[in-house]
Amino acid sequence: MIHSLFLINSSGDIFLEKHWKSVVSRSVCDYFFEAQERATEAENVPPVIPTPHHYLLSVYRHKIFFVAVIQTEVPPLFVIEFLHRVVDTFQDYFGVCSEPVIKDNVVVVYEVLEEMLDNGFPLATESNILKELIKPPTILRTVVNTITGSTNVGDQLPTGQLSVVPWRRTGVKYTNNEAYFDVIEEIDAIIDKSGSTITAEIQGVIDACVKLTGMPDLTLSFMNPRLLDDVSFHPCVRFKRWESERTLSFIPADGSFRLLSYHVSAQNLVAIPVYVRHNISFRDSSSLGRFEITVGPKQTMGKTIEGVMVTSQMPKGVLNMSLTPSQGTHTFDPVTKMLSWDVGKINPQKLPSLKGTMSLQTGASKPDENPTINLQFKIQQLAISGLKVNRLDMYGEKYKPFKGIKYMTKAGKFQVRT
Amino acid sequence: MTDSKYFTTTKKGEIFELKAELNSDKKEKKKEAVKKVIASMTVGKDVSALFPDVVNCMQTDNLELKKLVYLYLMNYAKSQPDMAIMAVNTFVKDCEDPNPLIRALAVRTMGCIRVDKITEYLCEPLRKCLKDEDPYVRKTAAVCVAKLHDINAQLVEDQGFLDTLKDLISDSNPMVVANAVAALSEIAESHPSSNLLDLNPQSINKLLTALNECTEWGQIFILDCLANYTPKDDREAQSICERVTPRLSHANSAVVLSAVKVLMKFMEMLSKDLDYYGTLLKKLAPPLVTLLSAEPELQYVALRNINLIVQKRPEILKHEMKVFFVKYNDPIYVKLEKLDIMIRLASQANIAQVLAELKEYATEVDVDFVRKAVRAIGRCAIKVEQSAERCVSTLLDLIQTKVNYVVQEAIVVIKDIFRKYPNKYESVIATLCENLDSLDEPEARAAMIWIVGEYAERIDNADELLESFLEGFHDESTQVQLQLLTAIVKLFLKKPTETQELVQQVLSLATQDSDNPDLRDRGYIYWRLLSTDPVAAKEVVLAEKPLISEETDLIEPTLLDELICYIGTLASVYHKPPSAFVEGGRGVVHKSLPPRTASSESTESPETAPAGAPPGEQPDVIPTQGDLLGDLLNLDLGPPVSGPPLATTSVQMGAVDLLGGGLDSLIGGPNFVAPPAAAVPASLGAPIGSGLSDLFDLTSGVGTLSGSYVAPKAVWLPAMKAKGLEISGTFTRQVGSISMDLQLTNKALQVMTDFAIQFNRNSFGLAPAAPLQVHAPLSPNQTVEISLPLNTVGSVMKMEPLNNLQVAVKNNIDVFYFSTLYPLHILFVEDGKMDRQMFLATWKDIPNENEAQFQIRDCPLNAEAVSSKLQSSNIFTIAKRNVEGQDMLYQSLKLTNGIWVLAELRIQPGNPSFTVLQLSLKCRAPEVSQHVYQAYETILKN
Repeated sequence: MIHSLFLINSSGDIFLEKHWKSVVSRSVCDYFFEAQERATEAENVPPVIPTPHHYLLSVYRHKIFFVAVIQTEVPPLFVIEFLHRVVDTFQDYFGVCSEPVIKDNVVVVYEVLEEMLDNGFPLATESNILKELIKPPTILRTVVNTITGSTNVGDQLPTGQLSVVPWRRTGVKYTNNEAYFDVIEEIDAIIDKSGSTITAEIQGVIDACVKLTGMPDLTLSFMNPRLLDDVSFHPCVRFKRWESERTLSFIPADGSFRLLSYHVSAQNLVAIPVYVRHNISFRDSSSLGRFEITVGPKQTMGKTIEGVMVTSQMPKGVLNMSLTPSQGTHTFDPVTKMLSWDVGKINPQKLPSLKGTMSLQTGASKPDENPTINLQFKIQQLAISGLKVNRLDMYGEKYKPFKGIKYMTKAGKFQVRT
Repeated sequence: MTDSKYFTTTKKGEIFELKAELNSDKKEKKKEAVKKVIASMTVGKDVSALFPDVVNCMQTDNLELKKLVYLYLMNYAKSQPDMAIMAVNTFVKDCEDPNPLIRALAVRTMGCIRVDKITEYLCEPLRKCLKDEDPYVRKTAAVCVAKLHDINAQLVEDQGFLDTLKDLISDSNPMVVANAVAALSEIAESHPSSNLLDLNPQSINKLLTALNECTEWGQIFILDCLANYTPKDDREAQSICERVTPRLSHANSAVVLSAVKVLMKFMEMLSKDLDYYGTLLKKLAPPLVTLLSAEPELQYVALRNINLIVQKRPEILKHEMKVFFVKYNDPIYVKLEKLDIMIRLASQANIAQVLAELKEYATEVDVDFVRKAVRAIGRCAIKVEQSAERCVSTLLDLIQTKVNYVVQEAIVVIKDIFRKYPNKYESVIATLCENLDSLDEPEARAAMIWIVGEYAERIDNADELLESFLEGFHDESTQVQLQLLTAIVKLFLKKPTETQELVQQVLSLATQDSDNPDLRDRGYIYWRLLSTDPVAAKEVVLAEKPLISEETDLIEPTLLDELICYIGTLASVYHKPPSAFVEGGRGVVHKSLPPRTASSESTESPETAPAGAPPGEQPDVIPTQGDLLGDLLNLDLGPPVSGPPLATTSVQMGAVDLLGGGLDSLIGGPNFVAPPAAAVPASLGAPIGSGLSDLFDLTSGVGTLSGSYVAPKAVWLPAMKAKGLEISGTFTRQVGSISMDLQLTNKALQVMTDFAIQFNRNSFGLAPAAPLQVHAPLSPNQTVEISLPLNTVGSVMKMEPLNNLQVAVKNNIDVFYFSTLYPLHILFVEDGKMDRQMFLATWKDIPNENEAQFQIRDCPLNAEAVSSKLQSSNIFTIAKRNVEGQDMLYQSLKLTNGIWVLAELRIQPGNPSFTVLQLSLKCRAPEVSQHVYQAYETILKN
């Protein structure tokens, strides 16, 4: 199981270590540093690194490497999932997960890590249980603790720890009872030069924020549940009900949680809401290249596309760009060769465009590769797959909760090749 | 106020200061001091000197302080074992605390104090906690057993904790069950022989119940444990699968992959005709696709596993090609894995899309990725024949880009394409030659030289080209040198007149000026060959090469089966069995997929296999191949449990190429000048010569032994049953013809005449090819020997047993019937040697259910002897490998009705009287396996 954990910042300092079994010397990280050196970018460090006696599994989040050390055959996904959980927990506790914040809260971090694993076996990873065991630091609590001498370590066994609904504690009370659900869909797509779709899929999630008193039992049903054939549920969802009735029946976790994630890959179901017209050309003879892109709406079901952002990694040979946008602002970083154009809203009557020239290294041959354009956008009040919630019912409690459903479509990894 | 204040130091010296604070009377000050100590510890500072002071703070009601002290203890107890004993009392006391949280904390911490001396004090508290009324304490105690086992295994066994732990599997609380399973699994890993997790249908049922209710991590432990179970029949396998499938929709990817492992393994037991089998296949695709939308690290592990799954059951993801398309900002390790899977999924249906993508990738920035993409185009050409032309033109386009590494990579793959489709795309050679100068990588240079040598007759200036390489011969890498040597010899054999000088030059460079033994030996072999027998040289060097296929980069089937059992583990990431990399080789148990067993027949042994058709009743024709799958006889179909096969096929290919790409016949024999005597010193000549003849012994041995093993004659028809006619006989096979050697003896008192013979329809259509010729009447007490030629074009009917032959013999007295069993090896045909690539492909293609395993005992033969013995009976050895000291022979044979049987024969050397040969047979018509095995045994033992 998981032996030790090292937190390493991007400059290669180990700023926290935690061991759940015997102490593993931090020199084991040398193998990691070697791999880090070989990989040009932090993102490219391989997630599994073998060393003579150990295996190092790492994830890179918030500019921190979380490196787990294991000694025996352990499912690597188990370790990586656990590391993600550690990141999520830190974020949950401290608002942000960063090196200074972790250093500032080092004792709490240490206590939390100790609660999360025992001898390398996961012990308590649900945030509501952890928060009962180790209270998250707040300014008020720090002050109170200093004055009264009380502690931020709970001395009662968390109620959720052993119940069949470990994600919810008993005795939750709210004055305003409310349940919000956000249906968020991200489109991952690759569009080729000519504008036809190579792949397109939708990664959808339903995030819930539930603040309800007591032990409510909720049922969420859809207008078109047939869309959802590839789903992953939060443990609270009763799988049998879904299998037989295609409704989500569950006792919700308290607070914010991801109820469901789903995947729609059938090509005909994935509408592509934007198009990009581009004309990027380098000429062999000239040291100037032409650059022109236009973004326009397509299949938007009458909604506005907002928050449009175009980024593109230009070839190394491009020295500078002189461009004029019809709207929004643009920047080009001549060092990283990154072009970004913050477009904003798309007005279908007047399509935003960015035109101009690129200056190339004189004498160098024209670049081999054409830049790929990355697109970000948002569409409010629309789930592009057409998924619609039919109704939300609550059983088990008497009060009448406030319910809200929001839809949103975003670009995920949306790439246009040129 | 943040914890960073704990890091500030003062002038007096940190440790001194902390010591004072720890001994302070004020609680608050103490706690702050301990926090400072912990903070120093987290960044790797040594604060062990404070041990006694910190332990003194342990006796407290303040839970936070207690926890902090415990944290410290765990880290430093090992370095201060004597001091650690001070803590024991507190643990024992805390284990009696009314608050379950404190009890659990105590039992949790004391297990982490890795000091031998104090472990025995912990046994009593641990025993109590294992039976605690609170499940939280019980589940913590379960893990503590694993900790204790790690420190002192003997103690744990002596104290009976393992049994208590096993009892916890039946605990009412699912979390306790999960932890008990996890602890037992960990202990079992260090004791592979112990039967700790004794799984039976009852305990499996308990685990499945707990599976639905425990945490995600517990589910992983339980699923991994389930995967080690072998259900007793297909019904049980199906019911477990049904209960595991909901886990595929879990949000935790590790749960999903563990569930996939269980399903992939148990699916092996399900019949493919089952509706459920199809349903299951469909259910597996979406969760695998979903894994690919997760974070890149998860994607990577998922992709490595999908790589295995795609090889084992390509049908699962065959329609999902697009999800493996590469996004330009994927991390490089994800890109490379995706590419690999794209090639595996490439088929005629999607090749156009794949090629378009690959071409796109070949223009990206990342060099490694571009190279692999170019290589992938070549692999597509080899895999999907219809696409070869498109691939070649794509490669040519890429060569036109003149990007150096693209060109080199393209040339390397074009060489492979030439090997796969000889005489088809040679028109592109001109284009390749244009780029000769830009090649600076050994692999590309070697590939180009190979092409020039291979097609020397079509390249006008081949000699010039090769000569240009020769100038810097000694600066080239070995790979290039070897290739250059072979290429020039080829050139010489093709154009002997102009290139004599060149070949002399290269031979002397290779033999005299090089200190590389491989190069020198190859040089000498060529030299000898050319000087002694130019015709043979031509036959050898310019021999037709076996075609290559895409199978070369597939994982060997036996290894693949083993790896499938390790889905989701490190083994699956490295594509190596754990035995190949687990520390110290401990805990290595070879896992194998479960054999397919039908519930109704599970108790029957092979001998009592259900009768197919009672003889003579149903005109049941033996179908050839595939159709037989329907009425499978109940053979033991366990797939082989193999050691880690190490050599890859590509290595073997290389070896073949060394010879196959080599020697040849020489037209201009007289032109050849024998090497100067000095070049081959007398002392060297002999060993080389004998070495060569050794080499050829292998093949010559084949020719001399013809005709398969003949059993001594046995009495088929006793005189008593046939009014005085006694018939004994045997079957022989010689140079392609089968005959029945009969000995007729007249034991009656009258003369016998008018003999005739007839066969009933039989499984392989054996029939007399000529009438029974008994020339003179058979007088009393006279014996006549007759050889009756047989053919296999008679009517076919499946017999029971398969090799049963019913014969009717008539003479002037009466008609007599008898039946006999013929040995199957008389049906093995002479052209039963399968091409190596075909063999690999077929082996993979035949489902594992059709594999049968046998043992041949008491056969003290080595691999050579076995191989030549079998060869004389038309069982051909295609490849031989040595794995972990065992010889593995891969063999093929073909029956007269066209059924191929593939065999893997494992020979364990050692004590000759104990040699056991392990025989695995794969055949589309599995019922012949039993008889083939008997044939093996007969041949080998005689």
